[in-house]
Formats: sequence, structure tokens, C-alpha cells
Amino acid sequence: MAAPTSIPATNPPSSSEFKPLLETQNLELFYGASRALKGITMGIRENLVTAFIGPSGCGKSTFLRCFNRMNDLIDGVRIVGECRVGGEDIYARDVDVIELRKRVGMVFQRSNPFPKSIFENIAYGLRLHGIRATSEIEGIVEQSLKGAAIWDEVKDRLHQSALGLSGGQQQRLCIARAIAIRPQVLLMDEPASALDPIATGKVEDLIVELKKDFTIVIVTHNMQQATRISDYTAFFYLGELVEYDLTTRIFTNPAKKKTEDYVTGRFG
Amino acid sequence: MSASPRPEASRSLSRTGIDWGSSLGTAVSLAATVFILLILFVILGNVVIHGLPQLSWRFVSTIPKKDFFDKDSAAVLPMIVGTSIRVLVMTVFVIPIGVTTAVYLTEYARSNSWYTRVIRAAISNLAGVPSIVFGLFGAGFFVHLIGGGIDDIIGATSPKWGKPALLWASLTLAVMTLPVVIVATEESLRAITPGLREASLALGATKLQTILRIVLPNALPGILTGGILAVSRAAGEVAPILFTGAAYYLADLPRSLNDQFMDLGYHTYILASQAPNIEKARPILYGTVFVLLLLTFSLNAVAIFARARIRRQMRSGH
Repeated sequence: MAAPTSIPATNPPSSSEFKPLLETQNLELFYGASRALKGITMGIRENLVTAFIGPSGCGKSTFLRCFNRMNDLIDGVRIVGECRVGGEDIYARDVDVIELRKRVGMVFQRSNPFPKSIFENIAYGLRLHGIRATSEIEGIVEQSLKGAAIWDEVKDRLHQSALGLSGGQQQRLCIARAIAIRPQVLLMDEPASALDPIATGKVEDLIVELKKDFTIVIVTHNMQQATRISDYTAFFYLGELVEYDLTTRIFTNPAKKKTEDYVTGRFG
Repeated sequence: MSASPRPEASRSLSRTGIDWGSSLGTAVSLAATVFILLILFVILGNVVIHGLPQLSWRFVSTIPKKDFFDKDSAAVLPMIVGTSIRVLVMTVFVIPIGVTTAVYLTEYARSNSWYTRVIRAAISNLAGVPSIVFGLFGAGFFVHLIGGGIDDIIGATSPKWGKPALLWASLTLAVMTLPVVIVATEESLRAITPGLREASLALGATKLQTILRIVLPNALPGILTGGILAVSRAAGEVAPILFTGAAYYLADLPRSLNDQFMDLGYHTYILASQAPNIEKARPILYGTVFVLLLLTFSLNAVAIFARARIRRQMRSGH
């Protein structure tokens, strides 16, 4: 892995060291009158895994959902500042949210397969984006399920209900569903928090595998998970980005006292 | 620490005496349940015992003569046809309108805004309006205003639509049963986990695509429940159709939606109140009521069967 030897705590988008795929500039988010994100500036690199950590309510999930505009669904949310994906301001007036979400996929905390067959779960997104030919859909379904390391477990039951799968299998199916439409970015909101250790291990292996093809941003409460799978880690506290650095540095030699207290389990 | 045993520990766990309060509660609630079952049993039993012998192929398959109080010429074919059609036409109108309203209220409207509250208040008030008032509303609004308006536009010399008709009776019933369908659909829409909507939207579906492809298919059993309740309520109603379409006697079956029709419920009322000889009319009355119950149950059975089938299919993933 060719990680830079040093990066500033919060990467300015103009940083000469790399061109970030996702970047925000002074991003603020309000729920009604309360300020949930307090001016976050950061850049996220392509084809790496970036972890967001921090205590509950620190704004990390809210921040994650800014990148595919899922916060738009909540009444009374207002966003100020800049948020760019591949250089484009995604909150600009003429942005097609549908196209954005095709480019920035998401996996949720609780696995949420549709009450349809395994095959139809994957085919759903493909049909939304105009892929109609059965042979093409069949090919992508197989490829996506293989990509999510679940093909061998489900290849004989593609037309059975997805609800019959175990929790871990359901979550990998949701990952397969997300990657089927070939997004650039995968946002993962605590994807393994509801899974047992073995299923968690499989999902973690998968994430490491997937970063070859996708840029992954993952919110996690699990410190070990962040150290195992992420290249960069951002620590959030009370709506602010406290520290953002290489994962190894965040966990071994953090610059801020608050980060050290959190990663060593002194609070949170 | 004290060495002496705690006083409660020396008490026996076995009960002394009878708990009269809870015994009484059990007895009263059991009695109430038995009472309700008894009433149902008496009504159904009575109708079946006296009604079943009246049933014959001729009774259900012929159009009665003008003197339908006479045992030999009494028959209910036009009433079966009339009641069935008005219930089906009502369903065709009430389901789409009710479902669309429920979708608006749960998926689009802001839940706490004043106009959502006004709509909800209107729906619950609509549910509380007596059915005879719906009948009068239907006569004024559908028959005279809408029907009369159509006649004016097409320049009919004699009333073609501005008279009581199957369509107006069905629409009146649809308005009456609208709250039932809206409430049942709303409940089933709310029962769908937000995660499913999020998953669809995150894949790049529009809100409309999400509603049509994910939300509504999953709400189908609840929508059918609303339909079942609406059909149950509407099948036996007489008051809303009195001025909007039901006829005392017709020599022919209805041929189009602007024809009047004979109706099982209304016919029951006529048999019970207008017969010159009540003793002679009684067996016919029993037969008619039996057919009405049978029709209501079978309409329900079809919907319940369809719902069970859909639930099974949803579980197996198709």
C-alpha cells in the first residue's frame, strides 16, 4: 500500500499530495436549529478504506450520509458549506440525486434486503438504471454475488426469498446489491454491528477485498475493526472532526489528547 | 450482618384462601365472550335453519314476477346481480382512491403540519357519519349534480344519468367506505420498515419508484384487509343506496351502469315491511337473508384467499 508518509490533520482540498475523491469544505449541518456538524473540512482518498470513529451522537453517521444526500429525506435538515464527489459540488442546484446515488452506494447498519428473491434483490438496482436484458442481468447478479463473497452459499437458491438467509449472509447480499450498480464509492454505516464475530470477520475480509475496486468509507464503533481494515481514520467528537490521519498513527501516536483518550477507551 | 432469619422467609409460599377479585374478573369476561358467541350463533343458526330449505336453483336463478311476495314466483337473481355489481364497482373506485390518499398521508405529507391534521380529522369524521346521510349526499351530489350535469352536457331530453343508477349507488358506498380503506392502508404502510425505503433510495430509485416497486407490493396484504372490511360493511348497507340506485321492482337485469338495480338488502327490507301477508312472506325473507349472508361471506372469502396467497408468495420471495 502506497500511503503517504505524512499528511496534515485535515487535508485541504488543494493539497498537492493527492487529489481526494470525496471532499468537504466547512460543512455544517443543522437539524432545525441545532448544529450537528460544525464546519468539517476533509478529503478522502480513492481506493482506500477510511474509517469514521467517535462516540454515539458525534455526527459521524450524519456526515457519512451527506455524501449520498440521504439526509435530504429528513425534514428540517439544512446543509451549509461544500461537499464534493469527484470534484463536483453535490449540493449544487442542478445535481441529479439519482445519478449521485448511483455513483455513491450505501450499506446500512441493519441489513435490509427487499422481501424478494436473492436474484431480484440484485436485479432491482440494475432495472432502475435501465438494464433490461435478462442475460446481462444474470451475468451481473453472478458477478456481484461473487464480488461480495456469497455466491457459493446462494448459487443454488437464487430464486428463494432473501429473508431466509442468515444475518451475515443478508448483509453480504446488501453489499452485493450495492456493488451491482458499479458505484465509485461505498458508504458503510456500521455494517457489522449487528453481526456475530464470524459473520463480522467475513464482512471485514470482504471490505479489504473491495477496496481494490471501490473507495470505502466506513462508520464503526469497533476500534479493532477500524485498525484491522482501514487505511485512514477520522475521529469525530460533538460534531467536529478532531483528528484525521493514518490509522496506524491514530491508534499508536495520536496528536490530540481527546483522540488518545477515546482510542484507549478512557471515554466514549 | 444479623443471624436471625428474615421474617418473610419463614412464611409459606402456598396460597391461603381464594382470590375472589380475579376469579370474578375471569368469570365476567368469560361470560361476555360466551354471550357474544351465543348471539352470533342464534342469528346464524336461525337464518341457516329457516333459510337453507328455501334455497333452490329456481330461487337463485330466475327473475321474480311482479308479485314477489308469492312463494311460487319469488326469486332473487336480480338482487344477487345488483348487490354483487354494486360491491365490485365500489371496490374498483374505493381501493385506488383510498390507497392514493393513504400513500399521500404516510409518504408525502408532513406528519405534523396543520393540513395533515385537518385531513386526518376529516377522515375520522367521515367514518362517523350515519349511512342515511351518505344516501342523501349521494342523491344530491352524484345523482342530481354530477348525473344531471352530464345530462345537460350531452343534451339528453329525458334523464339518462341524472337518475338513481348502479354507478351512483356504488360511488356513494365508495365514499362511505373510504375511511376504512385509508386507515387500513396507512397502517400497513407504516408497518414497513424505513430501512426498505432507504435501501431503495440509496440504490438511486426515485421516491415514486420506491413507492410503486417496494412500498406498495409489501403493503398489499394490508390494502386487501381494507378492501375486505369495506366489502363487509357495504354489502349489507341499504340506506346509502335507497335514493341513489336501488329499485323496488324491475323486470330486467341491469344492462349498464346507469340502470337501476334490485338489491338483496333493500329486498329484505321490502319483504319485511311491505308484505300483504307476513306469514306467507316469512320463508322468502329467510331465503333472501340467507343468500345475502352467503354472498357477503363468499366475497370476503375471495379476498381473504387472495391475501393468504400473496402473503405466501411474499414469504417465498416472488
